Amino acid sequence: MSTGQLPGRHEVEDLLYQEAALLDDWRLEEWLELLTDDAVYEIPPTDVPEGDARNTLFIIADDVVRIRSRVKQLLGKFAWAESPHSRTRRIISNVRVLGADGDRILATANFAVHRIRYESVDTYIGRYDYKLVRVGNALKIKERRAVLDNEALRPHGKISFIL
Amino acid sequence: MDRPAEDYVIDDQAAGLFRVNRRVFTDPECLEQERRRIFEKCWIYVGHESEVPHAGDYRSRNVAGRPMVLVRGDDNVIRVLLNTCTHRGAMVCRQKSGNAKTFQCPYHAWTYNSRGQLVGIPGEEAYSDAFSRDERGLGSPAGVDSYRGFVFACFDPAAQTLYDYLAGAREYLDLVADQSEVGMKVVPGQQAYSARANWKLLVENSYDGYHGLPTHQRYFSFLSDVGIDVRSRDMSSPPHQKPVDLGNGHAVVEYQSSWGRPIAHWVPPFGAHRKAHFEELRAKFDQRFGKERAWRICETSRNLGIFPNLVINDIMAITIRTFYPVSPGYMEVNAWALAPVDESAEDSALRLDNFLTFLGPGGFATPDDVEMLESCQRGFLNREVQWSDISRGMKREHPSITDELQMRAFWRRWNQLMTEPQIQRARRAA
Repeated sequence: MSTGQLPGRHEVEDLLYQEAALLDDWRLEEWLELLTDDAVYEIPPTDVPEGDARNTLFIIADDVVRIRSRVKQLLGKFAWAESPHSRTRRIISNVRVLGADGDRILATANFAVHRIRYESVDTYIGRYDYKLVRVGNALKIKERRAVLDNEALRPHGKISFIL
Repeated sequence: MDRPAEDYVIDDQAAGLFRVNRRVFTDPECLEQERRRIFEKCWIYVGHESEVPHAGDYRSRNVAGRPMVLVRGDDNVIRVLLNTCTHRGAMVCRQKSGNAKTFQCPYHAWTYNSRGQLVGIPGEEAYSDAFSRDERGLGSPAGVDSYRGFVFACFDPAAQTLYDYLAGAREYLDLVADQSEVGMKVVPGQQAYSARANWKLLVENSYDGYHGLPTHQRYFSFLSDVGIDVRSRDMSSPPHQKPVDLGNGHAVVEYQSSWGRPIAHWVPPFGAHRKAHFEELRAKFDQRFGKERAWRICETSRNLGIFPNLVINDIMAITIRTFYPVSPGYMEVNAWALAPVDESAEDSALRLDNFLTFLGPGGFATPDDVEMLESCQRGFLNREVQWSDISRGMKREHPSITDELQMRAFWRRWNQLMTEPQIQRARRAA
């Protein structure tokens, strides 16, 4: 793909801001519609941020079956760590379109995601790496990887929502 | 009366009642006593030999609240060094891991070799004749030893050997270590997390068979959704399950599980193309160990608690988990995956994938465990409810893994170590 066919930053920003709004509003079924049918969602361990899930113990490495199951669980009653739901607020910035790899558009953004529950505020800080593809007129998410800058999930203890 | 005014534990074996005073989860004084009477007396897990495979390899990490370095010296001996310069205190190892011939303190450039010996002091002529380099090497716990690759340290020079300390737990470490002929290794990637809860709640939780269905209902729904028959194995009835008191506060639950095990228990989500391969793996175990032990290694899961703060759960994958209290209501947790060194890349990927379905701070189960422990800790603010109940199955002839025998094994040892000094003092006074 030539750079001429890359989406502009505005288009990618619109997608990421829309995604953030859906996740913060717990509209997870609608969020799934932003993903391709073979989407991947990964969070590497804090000590191997650039690792490969096939040979490194990740925090999350979901294929699309697990992503959909995760959403189903989170919208049900028995995902106790998110039942009742926490409040989250995502601040997404520094969005950049980096280039293309075949039909995949590589984009990155910084995040600060605040989770508020039981009077604690925990902040997850890091960078998103996206692989996007164009499906018809829309950009869809083929891969999203949240790379944490936090050295440990302390005092967060868990990633129980969609980061 | 040779017992504390307010008991920590009520252990009424005649009546079949076992209670734990909730003060032990909330009282800072109790935590201070734990640091002295438990964490400075027992063998504490430091790391696995595979984490430092070559001479000079090191890992710096907090163990029992202290910054330490697990290092393989140039003489190939694995040591545990206390990460503080013997001059004025700065930490001499500043990286999380690496390979080094020496550790040089950044403050005044005192230099230690990979055995911890002090080998360089700038301007050494300024010291008197009484000063000796040999006495100023890096500190080390009184005891450092390993069993089947698991490295432990102990601060008590009078402690029993690690071998004796592990007691009945050795049999279960063997069942894990025997999963490869060439050895087991810690996979890259550390799950570093925490819980706003007392550390002993995680001990209880790690081999609690009673909480499985209510707490982890969503995990079993997931298994069911991906084609695993979760009712095909009754985890709670003998003879294929048992909780065992292993002595010295260690305990285990062993059982047949519905989930797949990457070692050699195939389930449909692993893929039809892998079924024959799993049967081959299993046949090799039959050959090495005979059918009975092979069945035990491959088909049964085990949640092993090694007193005080090491958990090795050999379930849908193998996790090594250790934790340490920062305060009565907050602990830091570290977890790793253990795998056969000779596992193929494809099998290893499957193992890690299976690990993440249940385990870790982003899995479909561990976050809910953390939630429950934190919920207990908040509940303890109700000081009027003084006792937790750990009596389940106490009068049963054949306790089940959904009983609480394993927790009682922990609590009895914990109580013994915590109260022995008072009892001895009282005896001396009498």
